[in-house]
Amino acid sequence: MELLSGADMLIRSLQDEGIEYVYGYPGGAALHIYDALFRQDKVKHILVRHEQSAVHMADGYARATGKPGTVLVTSGPGATNTITGIATAFMDSIPMVVLCGQVASTLIGEDAFQETDMIGVSRPVVKHNLSVRHPEEIPEVIRKAYYIAATGRPGPVVVDIPKDMTTPNERYEYAYPKKVKLRSYNPAIRGHAGQIKKAVDMLLAARRPIIYAGGGVILGKASDQLTELVRMLGYPITNTLMGIGCYPASDKQHLGWLGMHGTYEANMAMHHSDLILAVGARFDDRVTNATEKFCPGARIIHVDIDPASISKTVEADVPIVGPVDAVLKEMLSLVKEAKQKPDADALAAWWKQIGEWRAFHGMRYETSDDVIKPQEVIETLHRLTNGEAFVTSDVGQHQMFAAQYYKFDKPNRWINSGGLGTMGFGLPAAMGVKLTHPDDEVLCITGEGSIQMNIQELSTCKQYNLPVKIINLNNQALGMVKQWQDMNYESRHSQSYMESLPDFIKLAEAYGHKGVRIDSKADLESKLKEVLAMKDDLVFVDIYVDRFEHVYPMQVARGSMKDMWLSKTERV
Amino acid sequence: MRRIISVLLENEPGALSRVVGLFSQRNYNIETLTVAPTEDETLSRLTVTTTGSDKVIEQITKQLNKLIEVVKLVDLTEGAHIERELMLIKLKATGSQRAEIKRTVDIFRGQIVDVTSSVYTVQLAGDSEKLDGFIQAVGTSGVLEVVRTGVSGIARGEKVLSL
Repeated sequence: MELLSGADMLIRSLQDEGIEYVYGYPGGAALHIYDALFRQDKVKHILVRHEQSAVHMADGYARATGKPGTVLVTSGPGATNTITGIATAFMDSIPMVVLCGQVASTLIGEDAFQETDMIGVSRPVVKHNLSVRHPEEIPEVIRKAYYIAATGRPGPVVVDIPKDMTTPNERYEYAYPKKVKLRSYNPAIRGHAGQIKKAVDMLLAARRPIIYAGGGVILGKASDQLTELVRMLGYPITNTLMGIGCYPASDKQHLGWLGMHGTYEANMAMHHSDLILAVGARFDDRVTNATEKFCPGARIIHVDIDPASISKTVEADVPIVGPVDAVLKEMLSLVKEAKQKPDADALAAWWKQIGEWRAFHGMRYETSDDVIKPQEVIETLHRLTNGEAFVTSDVGQHQMFAAQYYKFDKPNRWINSGGLGTMGFGLPAAMGVKLTHPDDEVLCITGEGSIQMNIQELSTCKQYNLPVKIINLNNQALGMVKQWQDMNYESRHSQSYMESLPDFIKLAEAYGHKGVRIDSKADLESKLKEVLAMKDDLVFVDIYVDRFEHVYPMQVARGSMKDMWLSKTERV
Repeated sequence: MRRIISVLLENEPGALSRVVGLFSQRNYNIETLTVAPTEDETLSRLTVTTTGSDKVIEQITKQLNKLIEVVKLVDLTEGAHIERELMLIKLKATGSQRAEIKRTVDIFRGQIVDVTSSVYTVQLAGDSEKLDGFIQAVGTSGVLEVVRTGVSGIARGEKVLSL
């Protein structure tokens, strides 16, 4: 058997795991590992400018490819800088392994230089964390980390590696374990057959059914099964912000997404339904609004890989724990075999009602002859890219506009921080996507507040030639904060102005990129066309949009699903 | 409602902090907690008492089950069970108090495990109510120091929590 140092075992383990990219930043405690990285060329390392970006890059990569992302950082500040990114991945169940250097085991607990208890610090925001106690353990620890990160409900796993575990002076026999067995970790591999049968009977007997799909459908690679089931039943479907793309947005059965800024018809249909089939969605408070007023007439079937997600905020009548693809497949075959068919009259009446809601308030906004509306920018981008782009976003009004007006027909193309709501996510996530999809259009839709949180990554984009398009919806304010202040604090705009904005065009140029400013409505389409034609360049597009625009629809705080503002003056 | 949750946990560094952290992170309360390795040294047995509605207890058990190091758990309060807590209590014992305390200790089936001219140290095992009852019986004015282990619990009869 081959003899390798701990550091070489670590890198070899990544190779054997099939890892192509590691995003990271070197430092003292990780130097043996970085040296091992230098002496091979299978695992490629991307040097970011801030560790938070390394995690968001790994995250964007994971969301676009469905494979776990990998991060490598040093101890102390290197490790703590990853926490926001780890928490982001944790909230959205993104598979990821974060390798952190640690001071030598002999120094742990002595407040050594660049020492932090990363196991303790990361504990509340990881699926699991592991520390290496003997160099021989490294291959097994790495195998375990990826296994835990990618199976069941996915999530980030932190591995803490003391420097003396990687020293080049000691060598050990290397063998990468093929299988992992953890007696205490056994994610479900199929749903309960009896419960699935019961669910299908209820589905076929429903009069006002709706399917509510979440990010779990995308993570569980179950879009095809879901689409087939929805079409076969002929029922309306809505999805969460995280579930965007799990069912084609352009399809007539799709009601748009639901919840706080969801469509009128999706929220009305949910509220008035008599049966909800929830798939890979967790009844987040941004969806349900006040849970005590949630869908009073509906019974709920809840399919989720994570038993703890079921009946956490809203009680389920039929819980089904299992992988969504396997459960949906079983549902499909039961529906095919079933003698009972959906009640055609009831369904027609239900669609007629939904049609009226749609006609009353489909997605719309007021246009103007001179100012550029943010919604128009997104609609134009959708048209010019044929709805085929990968779109990452930051957090705020621009995120909601992007999700509302870019119609996604495919999964894994809409990439945003849904659960944690992390500003600074968009650009590094876009870089992670572009790296593995060099021929696809990758748009980072952002705002002038968000982009400044990780703008240093323009430098990384230059180094690795990542020609993403940054679409900055510049309203010179923290738009969503300002909107809430308009609505709830009598327009007292406490600290929501972005004063002293940089000249983003010059900034982009300083980093070696192109910059384009759009400040007149007449130029919008033609200039965006030019930008999209610049295939080989990163272009920072600074668009001056309406400073007073709000995101609508918007649910009324502590109301039911159907209590909404449809515009600044119209409440239903 | 008060509940006793018994957990089999991998006997690994950091596993206990994960359990404790879960409670504070999700705003659940720990009333008592006891933990020690079992006859199988790779496993620890942990007993936690907490209060909450059925919904809260369901979430607690589900969230605990999600922890990678939790092997198995059971809510002992769902069935017949035995619970015990150990108390060491130091009491002022001079003059006529000495005989009185001795009698009370006998009634509660405790043992005096240390004696000085002015102090008795008493060991008492039982459910939490019995220990509370003893403190009440001897009267708080004579109590110098109390130390309690927290509850350990086990199901009655054939039912066992093991691999």
